Amino acid sequence: MTSYRLPKGGLIDRATTLNFKFDGKSFTGHAGDTLASALIANGVHLMGRSFKYHRPRGVISAGASEPNALVELREGGRKEANTRATMIELYDGLTAKSQNRWPSLDFDIGAINSLVSSMFVAGFYYKTFMWPKSFWEKIYEPIIRRAAGLGTASREADPDKYEKSYAHCDLLVIGSGPTGLMAALAAARSGGRVILADESSRLGGSLLDEREEIDGVSGLEWAEGVIAELSAMPNVTLMPRATVFGWYDGNIFGAVERVNDHVLAPSVHEPRQRYWRIIAKRAVLAAGAEERPVAFGGNDIPGVMLASAMRTYANRYAAAAGKSVVVFTGNDSGYRTARDMKAHGVHVEAIVDSRGGTKADAGGVPVLRGRMIADVSGGKAVTGITLDDHTHLACDAVAMSGGWSPVVNLACHRGAKPSWNDTILGFVAPDVGKDFIVAGSAAGRMLLSECLADGAKAGTLKGRAPAIPKCRDEAFAVSPLWWVRQAQGKAFIDYQNDSIAKDLPLAAREGYRDIELAKRYTTTGMATDQGKLGNVNAIAILAEATGRSMDQVGTTTFRPFYTPVAFGAFAGPFTGHHFQPVRKTPLHDWADELGAVFVETGLWMRSSWFPREGEDWLASASREVVATRERVGICDVSTLGKIDVQGKDAGAFLDRLYCNTFSTLAVGKARYGLMLREDGVVYDDGTTSRLAEDHYVMTTTTANAAKVMAQMEFAHQALFPDLDVTYVSVTEQWAQMAIAGPKSRATIQKIVDGLEMNDQTVPYMAALDISVLGGVPARLFRLSFSGEHAYELAVPADYGNMVARAIMQAGAEFGIVPYGVEALSIMRIEKGHVAGGELNGTTTAADLGLGKMMSTKKDYIGRVMAGREGLVDPQRQCAVGIRPMNADDRIRSGAHILTQGDKPSMANDQGYITSVAWSPMLEMCIGLALVANGRARHGEVVQVWDGLRGHKVEGVICDPVHFDKENRRLHA
Amino acid sequence: MLIACPHCGTRPVEEFTFLGDASVKRPTSTDPSSMEQWHDYVYLRNNPKGRFDEYVHHSGGCRAWLVISRDTATHEVFGCVTARDHGKAKGGVA
Repeated sequence: MTSYRLPKGGLIDRATTLNFKFDGKSFTGHAGDTLASALIANGVHLMGRSFKYHRPRGVISAGASEPNALVELREGGRKEANTRATMIELYDGLTAKSQNRWPSLDFDIGAINSLVSSMFVAGFYYKTFMWPKSFWEKIYEPIIRRAAGLGTASREADPDKYEKSYAHCDLLVIGSGPTGLMAALAAARSGGRVILADESSRLGGSLLDEREEIDGVSGLEWAEGVIAELSAMPNVTLMPRATVFGWYDGNIFGAVERVNDHVLAPSVHEPRQRYWRIIAKRAVLAAGAEERPVAFGGNDIPGVMLASAMRTYANRYAAAAGKSVVVFTGNDSGYRTARDMKAHGVHVEAIVDSRGGTKADAGGVPVLRGRMIADVSGGKAVTGITLDDHTHLACDAVAMSGGWSPVVNLACHRGAKPSWNDTILGFVAPDVGKDFIVAGSAAGRMLLSECLADGAKAGTLKGRAPAIPKCRDEAFAVSPLWWVRQAQGKAFIDYQNDSIAKDLPLAAREGYRDIELAKRYTTTGMATDQGKLGNVNAIAILAEATGRSMDQVGTTTFRPFYTPVAFGAFAGPFTGHHFQPVRKTPLHDWADELGAVFVETGLWMRSSWFPREGEDWLASASREVVATRERVGICDVSTLGKIDVQGKDAGAFLDRLYCNTFSTLAVGKARYGLMLREDGVVYDDGTTSRLAEDHYVMTTTTANAAKVMAQMEFAHQALFPDLDVTYVSVTEQWAQMAIAGPKSRATIQKIVDGLEMNDQTVPYMAALDISVLGGVPARLFRLSFSGEHAYELAVPADYGNMVARAIMQAGAEFGIVPYGVEALSIMRIEKGHVAGGELNGTTTAADLGLGKMMSTKKDYIGRVMAGREGLVDPQRQCAVGIRPMNADDRIRSGAHILTQGDKPSMANDQGYITSVAWSPMLEMCIGLALVANGRARHGEVVQVWDGLRGHKVEGVICDPVHFDKENRRLHA
Repeated sequence: MLIACPHCGTRPVEEFTFLGDASVKRPTSTDPSSMEQWHDYVYLRNNPKGRFDEYVHHSGGCRAWLVISRDTATHEVFGCVTARDHGKAKGGVA
């Protein structure tokens, strides 16, 4: 293999040799190389295959816009697909694979698509796979999906870490070329906090790629001087390897810093990438300009590249794109490539200039004026060119320059559109205000002196701008050069998606004149490079085809992200267990010791049942119910929301929140409360206790705890700000357990301090401050959800496990059992208590049989709207009990209720079952349902129709209280 | 987007929960004849292009309910006061 490494020059460290593998083959390069430059230096020009035609491809660019040289970088969990070889810093041990080829890059069967390419015109898929319709889903789409796609994602977990970080600054400078360096220097000298970000591994921008002279030294030396000054200043942060990918509201910029993409693996305590959110008082976009390709036949054959890229490979990386070069240009910058290549000792066959004349210096290279390249010959490498006058020239590399497009992307991320500038032949950024200034060639200022001056002006925050260094400007004159129509071969516009110049007039003829439609019809600009290279050519060709100006056609929409950002960077450290917290109750350890099976309820882990050997969940829950109802059981109810409410107006505040009244509640008592939404529908329920004249503690359902808290804050601060009240969530501060069953009092009695428990000292609905176990502060509530004689005991969270264990011990002689939320739920259905299934955002207090709770003596949230006609209609669905006619039949939640004799259909729907349990007390399925006019229908036999599961049985509507209707057990 | 909370200073928008139109005023009457006013209060919300006062909750911060004045087209935030102060400025609340 011939070496294409230039004997001297370049910013590579020739003393450091790095080994790497491409498609399994070993190569060497130097520190400072990219994967692309190292491959070129090794004579490897074929780096990938195109998307549709599987055409052999090499690099087109030397930077972020690269559409062709996409590789799978690294292996295993670290594999990253569609990575641009032009942006990958070479490191020792790097491995990369080419994509979109089978069986090999050199011989790819998919390339047969190219032979039948007349079929693959724009809109091919839409036109071809229309018929027969049924074939699309089963046959066409799967085949297309398999053929399409570039790299493949790894199925292994990414072993590396990612971080997220915030940064604040007075001035963010994006791009570290001449404009960016001057802007950063100006701002830094005026004392502002400056961040200078650049996507490259090394700061300096175009000064690294070009041979310039500034202030009597080389551009590179000048840049190094500025960078040294900046890096010594404490108010400056330099961020190489950081791509600013988006501009957002509030002058916030998103950036991704590739902290460790340039090493084999990050060290243990370092992230691979860091996602930055930069809040900038002011920002300067100094992203420079992007050179455009030209559409001529075979403009994709490996060896054809942008003229500036060829210079960069030679000047920065000391890699020659070929041994004999032809430059094709319609502007003066192409001449620099000819001169630079010649200076590096590479033969330059000719400059082909589409224009009649120019002042640019050809450096002694022959210039063919008024000529264009029509076609490039070669397959996997360039062998020569044919001009539009049929002249043939032999060469092995072609440098092309269609002109320059300012990189305006970020300035357009919030909706502003760029406008066409006829002098520079490029779209320039709109004015987006004083906080984000586009400067230098990103603003269409194409001369070095303009860039330096523009940067200094944009970066000066106060005082005088720094002196502008002296430099010599290269000529910049440009004529339109989009498409050579004499081309015989395919002239590519969007390389990655294989859209060709002819596709655009075709799209226009078929009615897709709008650029956004033409984009989607031809797929131009839809690849991973998002049209960075091809879009302006596409717009120009479409403008010509439709007789419109560039501005009339306009650009497609610029959106973040400027270049692809890995998901890992967005996720940051919030993966796996760090994705969301796990909330464990203060009684978690106690429940775990007793073998609880936990269930996730929101973020909470709740003890669900406590199985014994051989029991399934139903057997366990049923046993827990029976034991509790016969003897005594204990259940963790700590997840209920608990809010401490204090202040002179605490009672008045609760009166506004709940539909029933709390200001009249006696100290030492609890009351069930029902909260409505302002539209009159039930919101939440729970018991609230009055511990002192100005002190209440309220409970909410587990699910609504946070929402109720926010609602209270709104009600107090926005609606009733004059109330003297304060409140705080104490959900996490208290461990709360329900102790239920005929032996509950006897059990608790054994651990309370100095209190003889009876119906006088602890009456039904009592709420008392007590102490247990010789001084542990506690709150004792005589409440019952199970319908048994029952209590809830709350102790400070850290005492929870200890007190629960003590209760287990105290209750041992009575045969106490722990019970979980399944048993709790069975018991509440047996007692007809409403819960989540019934408080479902559609039911009113009256629907739930709680209409009497609604006070008529006070204002409360939801009062007036609850009185609307539709909400008081007697035909509304209301809560009833439901049972199967035959005790052996099963009924299920979600089944619909139909009148006997009606045909099963939703048109005949009378309501549906909201909760079901198998009752061990009644030994049958029982449920609660919402049924139209249900309270008047107790005893009616109905159809229970489960259309989803294809199941229908007879059921009977009954009172919602299935068990112990007289509440004898409650007061026992 | 950044919001200058009167208690916490300038904070990112992710810390806040948006509720909506802060120009609505809860009716004071509980008489059924006031149903029209209640209907408007519960259901009718303006959605203007341009400057808009809206309730936001600093749910990831001090938990104060605030009213921000924001341009709905550009997301420029002109000011931020507590809901309590906004209520006073509106001429008292229910």
